[in-house]
Formats: sequence, structure tokens, C-alpha cells
Amino acid sequence: MPEPIGLAAFDLSCQRGSSVIFRDLSFRLAPGEALLVSGPNGAGKTSLLRQIAGLLPLAAGRLHLEGAPPDAVLPEFCHYVGHANAVKSSLSVSENLTFWANFLEANGASLTRALAAFGLTPLADLPAGLLSAGQKRKLALSRLFAAPRPIWLLDEPQTSLDIASVKLLDTAIKEHLETGGIAIVASHTSLKTKFAHKLELDRERVT
Amino acid sequence: MSAALALLKRDVTLSWREGGAVGTALGFYLVVVAITPLGLGPDLNLLARIAPGILWIALLLAALLSADRIFHNDYEDGALDGLITGPLPLPLVAAIKCLAHWLTTGVPLALLAPVLGLLLNLPIGTSPSLVLAMLAGTPAVSFIAGIGASLTLGLRRSGLLLALVVLPLYVPVLIFGVSAVTPFVSGPNSAWPPFLILCALSLAAIVLAPLAAAAALRTALR
Amino acid sequence: MVSLANPTRFLGLVDRVVPLLTALTLILLGVGLYLAFFVAPPDYQQGETVRIMFVHVPAAWLAMFGYMLIATAALGTLIWRHPLADVAAKTAAPIGATFCFIALVTGSLWGKPMWGTYWVWDARLTSVLVLFLLYLGLIALWQAIEEPGRAGRAAAILALVGAINIPIIKFSVNWWNTLHQPASIIRLGGPTIDPSMLWPLLVMAIAFTLLFVLLHLLAMRAEILRRRVRALQLTQVERAALVEA
Repeated sequence: MPEPIGLAAFDLSCQRGSSVIFRDLSFRLAPGEALLVSGPNGAGKTSLLRQIAGLLPLAAGRLHLEGAPPDAVLPEFCHYVGHANAVKSSLSVSENLTFWANFLEANGASLTRALAAFGLTPLADLPAGLLSAGQKRKLALSRLFAAPRPIWLLDEPQTSLDIASVKLLDTAIKEHLETGGIAIVASHTSLKTKFAHKLELDRERVT
Repeated sequence: MSAALALLKRDVTLSWREGGAVGTALGFYLVVVAITPLGLGPDLNLLARIAPGILWIALLLAALLSADRIFHNDYEDGALDGLITGPLPLPLVAAIKCLAHWLTTGVPLALLAPVLGLLLNLPIGTSPSLVLAMLAGTPAVSFIAGIGASLTLGLRRSGLLLALVVLPLYVPVLIFGVSAVTPFVSGPNSAWPPFLILCALSLAAIVLAPLAAAAALRTALR
Repeated sequence: MVSLANPTRFLGLVDRVVPLLTALTLILLGVGLYLAFFVAPPDYQQGETVRIMFVHVPAAWLAMFGYMLIATAALGTLIWRHPLADVAAKTAAPIGATFCFIALVTGSLWGKPMWGTYWVWDARLTSVLVLFLLYLGLIALWQAIEEPGRAGRAAAILALVGAINIPIIKFSVNWWNTLHQPASIIRLGGPTIDPSMLWPLLVMAIAFTLLFVLLHLLAMRAEILRRRVRALQLTQVERAALVEA
């Protein structure tokens, strides 16, 4: 990452069909800051993350990358880890990660680092289909290390994870923030991460 | 390794490893061709005359039934999100996936066709033109199937719906594909124009279908 | 039978039996082929090409035998829950399908000089073709279902349904054949079989049967070992999960 990237959102609005999920959402994240998005199911946490990732169109408002070249495309600066794990059962664990490293054009990204981040190294050559739910979740999260990207969008990342693995997740996010990255985490349980900003989607308040 | 090559390699690998997907399409092709004479009678002259048509129709059905594989698995396990937000433009992603379908389904079906033609008393001399015509036409088959697959992503009855949507689009490919198999058109030289048109259809499909598929994918993910 | 239920004991049995069986098979195949190609007289009508019959007919018999074996194994899976039954069924399918394919190809080659085409839709060949399609369906089902237990039960059900259907299919194909009165009335295999042809035929049939059994045992051994590898991998996965927690 050449320069630290910041993210600013102005008056974001999201619509599903004819109903408005949220409107007039604004926040600003400087490099090294994290945002916690909380709220009940259906409040729009996933929709917000998907809008930033570029998977859902903005009904209104705009997103701005600070510190990036003018022709930068926001989705290429993000890693989005949603509810689904995107794990291919017929490929081995390392084949899964190697694919993402190659596809996301991460030259020089370390496969060993990605495997070690969540303790998947002993399972590297096993077919991913044999993994338990928690291990598949960890494989999904290991994708964050397959290619370096400044903005992490994590949707309920701790699902299926045991306590030790949640600790690894906390460490990973902390290191990412310390190197100037940004993280937006949707969760309704608490993580150890120090969140600079919190967004409660029911009442649309930014603290 | 470039992103495009990585995606192609992954899709081809998954087709090979995933529980006989390629073999099942070939087996289906055989089954359909094998039961046709049971319905029509074993008159060899009749079979020889209609063989190119049967072989093409059975190939279209076999390709269609394996078409939802193109995007469905990635949609189900969430990998499609990552593919859309990757460095490649979405039409290119769609094109690569259709190309993978052609390599793992279209080409094997085209190569199996002459063998099945033997069952229908198709003269051996027509085998080269049969294979060439099918190799020229199956890219259109795979890429147009990609449009159908992206439109029906995640829907109920998507298999039948896909077939219903795509088969009318296959009409030109079918017509010119059959005409390109000599000598069942009047005169030996008249196979060449249909063959060229078939190539043109495939080229057009390769260029235009990914654009439609990309638009359909974005809609499906909303 | 019960003592064979233990995979380890079965593997031991296979290791002991295979060398002897291989030798026996090769000898009988050699004898049979020699009898077929050098001793048996040429047919007055079909000439030398009748020798293909010595491969075609036993292959067709073995194709049927294979399917009956799979159907019996299917009963073993569903009713008696014999642990090796689904291994037997899964490994027999490709072998039976191959014999079926050999029967089809040799039948086609046999017919070419007589009929002038590579394929004719007569009752016998058509029935063998449909049997081949049944085999393909079984193999496809085995390939498609990941979990071995479910795959075994599903394939067993399909095998039994297929076995019940075979007489019905044979009957309907014969009826279809008489409906369309094919031009050629030369039946494959001739109206009667001369004794001088009978011996080579029987020897080849026995040789093919031994070959089937040999290949089947080898395939079963490979499948048992394959399942052990999978179990070991699963243990590895579980151990890794425990270490993390």
C-alpha cells in the first residue's frame, strides 16, 4: 500500500425494492481507524457493507476515497468477507488461497503468512470440503492476507469461530489498523478491537 | 499468473474435480442419441438423414443442462462477490467462465459426436465436417448458455427456465450447424457458407454475450 | 461371508488370492484365445469374422453378470447392511461398463462386414446398449454424491430399480424390433452353436469371469484404501480443530 487511504461517506441511502433501509448515513474514517456497525437483523448492516464493496448500488449519497489517485475504483481497495465463505470444497486449502492471491493480482503476497494467520498451516493440503464450519470461516478470513488491501469490510466475522480463533481475528484486525488500514465490522457481539467510530443502524447515530 | 488465467484454471480444475460433471454431460448426450431410434424406428436410411439434426439437438440439450454450473456454484458459496469486486471487468469474468464451460463441456461433446453418429448410421466420411461444425458452433452454445445462466441465477425451476429462455436463441446455431455437415445439403460445396456463418455467430456471441451476462449478474446480486 | 465383513481381513484375503488368480486368469485367457483364433473352424457363412464372437459373447455375458453382482450387492447394502457391499457395488460398475463397452464395440465390428454399417438396431445390440446406459447412470450417481454412505444407498436403490427394469426393457426392445422388421435376418451368433465352437466359447467365458473377479478384487482393495485415506484426513482436520481450542 503506497499511501494510507481514508474513507468518507456522505448521505448514503439504501433501498431494497420500494422500501428505504437507511438514509442520510455519513461517516469518515482516517487511516488506522475502525468502524463498528451494529443493529438488529434486517437493519441494513450487510447492505451498507455491500454498498461500500461495490456490490449494491447507492440509492443516494457518495463514497470518497481519501489519499487515492483520482481514477481509483473503490471496490479494488476493499476486501469484503460476507456471511458466505466462498470456499471451494474440491480445492485444497492452499489452492483456495493461491487462487485469490493470483486473481486479486497480489504480487509477492505470502501464502505462508495467509495460512498461518488463522492457524491453517497443518491443513494446507487437505481438501477444503473436509473442514469444519469454523475452519471454513477461518479460511474465508485468511483471504484478507492473500492480497493486501487497505479497507476490510467484515460482516459478522466471528460466526462459527471459537474463542481462540476470535483472539486471532482481533490480533489480525489490530495489526491491520496499526499499518494504516481501515476496518468496518458489522457485528452484534463485542470484539476486542478499539473502534474509533460506532454506527447504530436503528437510530442512525454516529458516535 | 494473471487474474484471467487464474480464474480460467480454477474453473477448469473445478469442472474436472467436481464429481463427474464432464462425464455426466457426455453420458447424457449418449443417452439422448441412443433413445432416439427407439422412438423413431431403426430404419438406417432415415436415421442417416436426420442424424446431423439429432446430434445437434442432443448437444444443445446436454450443454443447456450443464449451463447453470457456469455461475451457480459461485453464487451459492459467495465467491461471485469476490469475482465481481476483483480487478477484472465483470464482462471479462463472465467471458472466462463461459470459455471454461466450452473447454470442459462444448469441446468434449463435439469430439464425441462422430462416435454417436456411428449409432445413427452417419457415414464416417462426414466425421471431419461434423466435428469442425460443432467446434465452430459450440462457443456460441456456451456463451449464449452463459446469458441464460446469469439471468436465472438462484431462481426456482431455473433449469427449465434457462432452457426455455435460451433455446430460441439457439435457432440460428442449430440451422447453420446442421447445414454445415456435409453431404446432407444439396451439393458438396454448399457446406462452406453455413460453416462461415456459424463461425460468425460464435464470434458475435463471444463478444456480446458477456456484456449481457454481466448486466444480468449485477441485477441478480442486488 | 461374515468373516469377510472385516475390511482388514478382506484385504489380507485379497493379497493372498491375487497372485494365484492372476496366473490362472492369464493361462485361461491364453488358452481361450488360442482355441478361438487357431483351433475353432471358420463359419461357412461368416468366414473368419465369426472369431469375434469368442470375445463378444462372453463380454456380453459378463456385462449382465456384473449388473447382477451390483444388484446383489445393493441388497447387501440396503437389507443386510454388509459393510463391504457398497464398496463391491461401486467398484463393479466401471468394470461391468467396460465389458459392456467391449461387447458393443466387438458387436459393431462383427456386424460391419455383414451389414455394411457399424451399427444396426437389432434387439440384442440395443439391449446391450441400454444396459450400458444403466451402467453410466450408476457411475454418474456414484460420482455426484460426495458422502460415501449416502452415495452407496442411493446407488443401491438405483441398481435394484434397474435390475427390475431389465427384463421389462428386454421385452419391450424385442417387441420394438419385431415392429420394425429389420432388413437383415442374420442373427448374431447363428441359429445353433457347433460343439467345436462351444469349447473355446466356454473357456473364454470362464477366463473373462476370472478376469472380472481379479479386477474387481483389485478395485475393491483400492477403494478400501482410498476410504482409509479420507478417514485419516478427517482425523487430521479434527486434531487441528482440537489444538486450536
